[in-house]
Amino acid sequence: MVKDIATARNDFPLLKTQMNQESLTYLDNAATTQKPQAVIERLVDYYQTENVNVQRGVYALAQATTAKYEQVRQQVADFLHAQADEIIFTRGTTTSLNWVAQSFAPTVIQPGDEILITIMEHHSNLVPWQIVAKKLGAHLRYVELNDQAELDLAQLQANLNQRTKIVALTQVSNVLGTINPIKQITAWAHQVGAYVVVDGAQAAGHMPVDVQALDCDFYAFSGHKVYGPTGIGVLYGKAALLQQMPPVEYGGEMINRVTRQSTDFKAAPAKFEAGTMPIAQVIGLGAALDYLTSLGWSQIEAQEQHLVQLAGSQLQAIPGITLYGPPLSKPHAPVLSFNLTGVHPHDLATVLDSQGVAVRAGHHCAQPLMAALQVSATARASFAFYNNDQDVQRLITAVKLAKEFFQA
Amino acid sequence: MKISQLNDLYRQLIIDHAQHPHHHGQLPQADQSVNLNNPTCGDVIDLQVVFKDQQIKEIAFSGDGCSISQASASMMCDLVNGQTISQAKQEIAVFLEMLMNNPDEPSDILGDAAVLAAVVKFPARIKCATLAWKALEQAITQEEQHAGN
Ligand SMILES: Cc1ncc(COP(=O)(O)O)c(C=O)c1O
Repeated sequence: MVKDIATARNDFPLLKTQMNQESLTYLDNAATTQKPQAVIERLVDYYQTENVNVQRGVYALAQATTAKYEQVRQQVADFLHAQADEIIFTRGTTTSLNWVAQSFAPTVIQPGDEILITIMEHHSNLVPWQIVAKKLGAHLRYVELNDQAELDLAQLQANLNQRTKIVALTQVSNVLGTINPIKQITAWAHQVGAYVVVDGAQAAGHMPVDVQALDCDFYAFSGHKVYGPTGIGVLYGKAALLQQMPPVEYGGEMINRVTRQSTDFKAAPAKFEAGTMPIAQVIGLGAALDYLTSLGWSQIEAQEQHLVQLAGSQLQAIPGITLYGPPLSKPHAPVLSFNLTGVHPHDLATVLDSQGVAVRAGHHCAQPLMAALQVSATARASFAFYNNDQDVQRLITAVKLAKEFFQA
Repeated sequence: MKISQLNDLYRQLIIDHAQHPHHHGQLPQADQSVNLNNPTCGDVIDLQVVFKDQQIKEIAFSGDGCSISQASASMMCDLVNGQTISQAKQEIAVFLEMLMNNPDEPSDILGDAAVLAAVVKFPARIKCATLAWKALEQAITQEEQHAGN
């Protein structure tokens, strides 16, 4: 049975807390999402009745917990339309992207080759490529924005050539809310033989993701941004590429046989999961994906689109507000970055904070993008399906209060 | 939170300094320059100092930041301009102590900057207020190392 989204807010205990003696309006969902009671209870349950190490115990409890851990791998595979052996558990998006850069990239890049990324990347999909480009003697190239805060696709195409070995880009910008046409870009990149690495941190949890339809080679996301625990993330890689990619860490459980001088590794995904994994977090991630399934994408997307349209149009109507991102008539993820003329975003965020409205102010781990936008920082409101019209109203009222307060 | 509490933070004096900062600009003849940023929020300060005979002869700052960081830099420059290095060091210590540990620290030696004690109630903004003072601390260290060599 599909759960009604209008009551979903009640499933998130944190949303009932107060901030600065005001009820909380949580609009920092791009940083991390809140957890439904079902996820919290699943973690408690795990520690109370299932806590053993996985993949190694011969007793019944260990077998049962191992089976649940592997079931979540299957669940993640279903969530992304992949195969279970293409799903690696990691610490988060950052780790997933670093592993591709550090371990896969050297298997395909020669000195003089090119890595193509975009100016809207989060530092976690930018710095690893800078480092690996330097190390391997490759060139790091950027695709810029067009005048609608979307990727300049003509420029992207013009930058693809036989030397391009990797195209790494985000599906959704954590600053602009731009949604990139991954499927189209993958098709172009594959024509020149480049591999496509997708940062799905801001997409997974907000829209259905089908890695087969996208045809990307790697896809990364974080548990904590899809209503699950921190400390758990996912790296999807096409099976053949994961076989080609060496392990990043070495230790227990990732080996077949170890002798004094040599070691034979297990196949992927096991060869990437050295040591004791965050088992509770994997189990909790499973509960989060169950929760999302109980709501269904159509309700989630409809509510988030409603919120971004409502908030975006009302913000735009306030004199002095600049929105950074595609026009609201274009595809727009539920992320709104904005500035108020004459008021630094920190000062704006402090006034919002005083009214119980949590937004982020700063560079959002995207300093090259800030430089390209010619701003030092922005305020950012980001929505989840559990936000409601009242949250939008409180945001707008608080922004107007800040405007009045600073006489901007 | 009531607006009156916001008024505690954004006193008129702070707004005035932020909107019309004193000692704002560059000193081409500076002995020491320090560039510091607050990596969480992107505030940047460039602080430049001319030292002479154990004294801060001239000081100026530029950069980009919120009203708290701009006002704090402006107030600090007013305070230390023309002072001895040892006076400035003592004031930096008092200011940092006031903001980081003890808001009741006697701050009468801090001039206008004493009003920044209100920032303690806004923990997210403490780093904004301390940025300029940390830059000055570093400029003095650089100068002392330079003199020691
Ligand atoms: C677009 C994007 N990529 C990557 C990350 C990094 O995710 P994590 O910190 O969970 O590794 C974030 C998180 O802010 C993000 O928004």
